[in-house]
Amino acid sequence: MQTKRRRFTLALGGLLLGAGTIGLRAAAQPKEQVIKILARRFTYSPNQLTLKKGIPVVLELTTADVLMGFNAPDFQARADIIPGQVAIVRLVPDKVGTFTFLCDVFCGSGHESMSGTITVVA
Amino acid sequence: MRHPIDRREFLRLAGLGGVVFASSLGTAGCAGTMSTAKDGGYDDFYFVQLSDSHWGFEGPPNPDAKGTLKKAVAAVNSLSEPPDFIVFTGDLTHTTDDPKVRRQRLAQFKEIVGELKVKDVRFMPGENDASLDRGEAYQEFFGKTYYTFDHKGVHFIAVDNVSDPRALIGDEQLQWLAADLKQQPQDANIVVLTHRPLFDLYPQWDWATRDGAKAIDLLMPHSNVTVFYGHIHQEHHKMTGHIAHHAAKGLMFPLPVAGSQPQRTPLPWDPAQPYRGLGFRDIEAEAKKAEFKLTELPVQKA
Ligand SMILES: [Cu+2]
Ligand SMILES: [Fe+2]
Repeated sequence: MQTKRRRFTLALGGLLLGAGTIGLRAAAQPKEQVIKILARRFTYSPNQLTLKKGIPVVLELTTADVLMGFNAPDFQARADIIPGQVAIVRLVPDKVGTFTFLCDVFCGSGHESMSGTITVVA
Repeated sequence: MRHPIDRREFLRLAGLGGVVFASSLGTAGCAGTMSTAKDGGYDDFYFVQLSDSHWGFEGPPNPDAKGTLKKAVAAVNSLSEPPDFIVFTGDLTHTTDDPKVRRQRLAQFKEIVGELKVKDVRFMPGENDASLDRGEAYQEFFGKTYYTFDHKGVHFIAVDNVSDPRALIGDEQLQWLAADLKQQPQDANIVVLTHRPLFDLYPQWDWATRDGAKAIDLLMPHSNVTVFYGHIHQEHHKMTGHIAHHAAKGLMFPLPVAGSQPQRTPLPWDPAQPYRGLGFRDIEAEAKKAEFKLTELPVQKA
């Protein structure tokens, strides 16, 4: 069942991320929550995520213009968001608090402010 | 036994005000240890590192945006003893989406630093210069983005971790680096110059190089490696194993300490202490000892 899930991820986005492994480990956990995020120079919408500790999340990321990045270093979850494709990031909110995610692909004058927050509640 | 006066001490005695000694690695305390110097001077040398001049930036964090780089050039020109050479570790210009403006800024920057009396100047791009066109405009003005040179027994390697907007050095360049390092003896005195930190300083603010660990792995077998970089607009000293990494101050606006505030926004200009947090450094190389002494210098004399 775990293998199937993994293949499914590959088929979806063509991008399997480091975070996928974390997702697998937590596969016995309750249902995953799917969140769609649209990136455009120089914002994400939504840019504030509130997650529940222990509930795995699947982020489906797309970009409205140029190549973007999504990086949540505290959860070792990152992806390139390629125009025309859906990038999948699996993330397990394993700690409570507020954490930064950011665009880590230099995308223009304004790139430096392109970030958001993940708030994990108990 | 009296310690002979070394060159840095000399700078201070010569009245170059505002010299701040880099002490984070504890080297400043041993300024007088060169007791074996022979008559007729030393076989060491020094070079100057400037970084992050962000030419073209405008805004409240620096009301003297058009004057600061020029003051730094004048400060370097007034050093009592000229450095052997000068390095600029990237973000020469502030980013712009307009390729024409980018070239204008690069041209103006080049003209200003053309006033440096020392003509041996080595440049590197930062993401502001190169990430939006993969270094195309930068190369028109300054040539290759990664290269090596040797100086008095020290092997310098400029590493480009910005031309790829994903902050990757990339496999091609890593192979080049591996091949170059192969030519070097295990104990060669190696200096890496680059823009971004090669280690994960604070990825939450993009203070990292995505494949920087691969470069560090390649450098690891060499016993004498020192990295000088920019990008974070403040002094920072860190060891990864036996490799020392030194971040330089910038010349446009200082940035906050990693994680000290929610956003990575510039520190405000303080009219009571203009140019605070800006500056450049003097790096004294002792080729035989594979040791570097850092001296932080202000843009303007106090
Ligand atoms: Cu930079
Ligand atoms: Fe910079």
